[in-house]
Amino acid sequence: MSILKDILSPIKLNRRTFLKSAAVTSSAVALSACTKETREELLQKDFRSMSKDEIAKVIQRLEEKYAKEYGKKFSVSAKETIPHTFFGYALDISRCIGCRRCVYACVEENNQTKEPQLHWIQVLEMEKELGIDLIHSNLYYDHEEVPYEGHFYLPVQCQQCKNPPCVKVCPVGATWTTSDGIVVVDYNWCIGCRYCMAACPYGARHYNWGKVKLDTETINPNTHYLGNRPRYKGAVEKCTFCIQRVREGRYPKCVEVCPVGARKFGNLLDEKSEIRYILENKRVIILKEELNTQPKFYYFYGT
Amino acid sequence: MNFIRFIKESFQIVIRGSKRYYLWLAFLLALIIWGSTGYIEQLKQGLLVTNMRDPISWAFYIGNFTFLVGVAAAAIMLVIPAYIYNWKPIKEVVIFGELLAISAVIMCILFIIVDVGNPLRLWHMIPLIGKLRLPSSLLAWDSIVLTLYFFLNLIVVSYLLNALFYKRDTNKHLLTPLILFSIPLAIGIHTVTAFLYNGIAGRPYWNSALLAPKFLASAFCSGPAVLIILFQILKKTTTFEIKDEAIWKIAELMAYAMFINLFFFFAEVFKEVYSDTEHLVHLEYLFKGMGENRDIVVYGWASLIISIIAFLLFLIPATRKNVVTLNMGAILIWLGVYIEKGIALLIPGFTPDSLGQIYIYRPSLTELKVSMGIFAIGFLIFTFITKIAIAIIFEDFSIDSLRRKKPSPAN
Repeated sequence: MSILKDILSPIKLNRRTFLKSAAVTSSAVALSACTKETREELLQKDFRSMSKDEIAKVIQRLEEKYAKEYGKKFSVSAKETIPHTFFGYALDISRCIGCRRCVYACVEENNQTKEPQLHWIQVLEMEKELGIDLIHSNLYYDHEEVPYEGHFYLPVQCQQCKNPPCVKVCPVGATWTTSDGIVVVDYNWCIGCRYCMAACPYGARHYNWGKVKLDTETINPNTHYLGNRPRYKGAVEKCTFCIQRVREGRYPKCVEVCPVGARKFGNLLDEKSEIRYILENKRVIILKEELNTQPKFYYFYGT
Repeated sequence: MNFIRFIKESFQIVIRGSKRYYLWLAFLLALIIWGSTGYIEQLKQGLLVTNMRDPISWAFYIGNFTFLVGVAAAAIMLVIPAYIYNWKPIKEVVIFGELLAISAVIMCILFIIVDVGNPLRLWHMIPLIGKLRLPSSLLAWDSIVLTLYFFLNLIVVSYLLNALFYKRDTNKHLLTPLILFSIPLAIGIHTVTAFLYNGIAGRPYWNSALLAPKFLASAFCSGPAVLIILFQILKKTTTFEIKDEAIWKIAELMAYAMFINLFFFFAEVFKEVYSDTEHLVHLEYLFKGMGENRDIVVYGWASLIISIIAFLLFLIPATRKNVVTLNMGAILIWLGVYIEKGIALLIPGFTPDSLGQIYIYRPSLTELKVSMGIFAIGFLIFTFITKIAIAIIFEDFSIDSLRRKKPSPAN
């Protein structure tokens, strides 16, 4: 015992002081090399641990940064949940014509990077004979006109699971479900390990592989901290039901833009809502129900 | 300051060597610099310089990580018979297995760091300072067991070498529990890494209860295979000695492990092929390809055929005891498991992706550069610590020999 004590105590002391000085010096060098903004960004706490004042400060910093970068006045909201709301979504498979207007409206509304293109909504073309069959579906269909003969369309985006595997696997708690039922990501806390992307059964999580490239002309400056504010290289993002809109009492952009009214959205706790009407009067299906993810995104046949 | 003296003297060992030694160091250094240029580019441009994309979001880096976790875990392969049954010929080389484990864990951690999109934010994973998500995230568990395993091996090895350097007896009451603890921990690092994949319900190719046992079986092959090759090289280039029976015994144990590995593989193939559900598609992609996309097929078959040949070479006593076929078998096993873990585990798991689409992945030059750099760092660390261990164990590098040379060690 005493031998080890003799041997280990000098290591401990030595290692500790060495590590300490190494850590202090290297972090001092690293921190002094970068600007105040990046320093604050680097040491920023995660969203859920921040006080209201801290959030306000971060938002001010972000608004200044975005304004400088994109030459536009930005508003970054941190608006909280509206009480007594739990959002749900329904998509009428019999109506969808596969025009992909939702895909591109979403890109503009939510400031997805353009290079390489990132889409939160993926529209799959399927053969009518096969039914909903992902393996034989085609994401890259390219016809002169849609709907294409003998085919139907299944748009897939975040299914806003009640039992989300992506939240379960995140090693740092950078993604969670808000009380109004939206699975969100803290883009400043995400380390970019992409475990959530492996875990998601719907391919709904997307990654900024390179620097985020946005058009200053078309950029949407009305943003939410947990939603469509410009993102970072090396962080994951996903559909948030347009949190910046729905928390203001508006519809998600995809619902608004759909030319055939295939997309329905509402408060599941409101008995008079359209979404409740659909759940009660139509027969809904959910994707990959065997995985017990319990989506709040329902598919139904309206006609 | 006994230990500091030991470190100082060891440093002298590390910086002195033959011309061949310096050439080897220069080669590794060149690779490290080459790799660093790749990593700097990746830091600037983001992971866009890799060929990973949303459909295949983990690839070559994580494949190498998985393989090396197996190598690191394999130290136990030697520890178990050596310490529990006190079988001398292996006991002498156990320490080299532990040195390999230390180097492998360092490489594992580096592969994780280069795969992460925001390495500066890794402090979020430090318990108490950041927000490590336990118990739900398997990646959080993996970071804990890997760190523990690294420090445990580091302590055991430095304690042992330090004691040998000062020609002191080791304290059995202290050392044995530590070594015994390293056995479940070695199984732990590989099991947790397997569970990391295994727990994902949305990826049927990994969602099999056989994955963790299969990981262990293949680690029991690949780790010792790396060691056997290293032992041969060390035997040729240094004063390192090992009894032939020790190597044969290790090879025999590897044959059993390979049999179990192959058996598990066939059990999985049977289940998928006979039940013929939509989950079969991943295995089909690996062994038949899909339409014109057949790039990966050669790796699927190569890994299987190579593993079977190696199994036979190690099973038959005559080929196991012949230096040429033994080394061939070791290289084949290493290659077989490397392909299995690096390519055949990850890529078919992601192809077709969760929406049934196909993305063809090949590692980019940057990915190859960065990976080579990491392997070079691992080899450099292994070279240094092995040189110290060889000097102490085989070349009478000790406090006594130093005193004989320099009468006044205090200068």
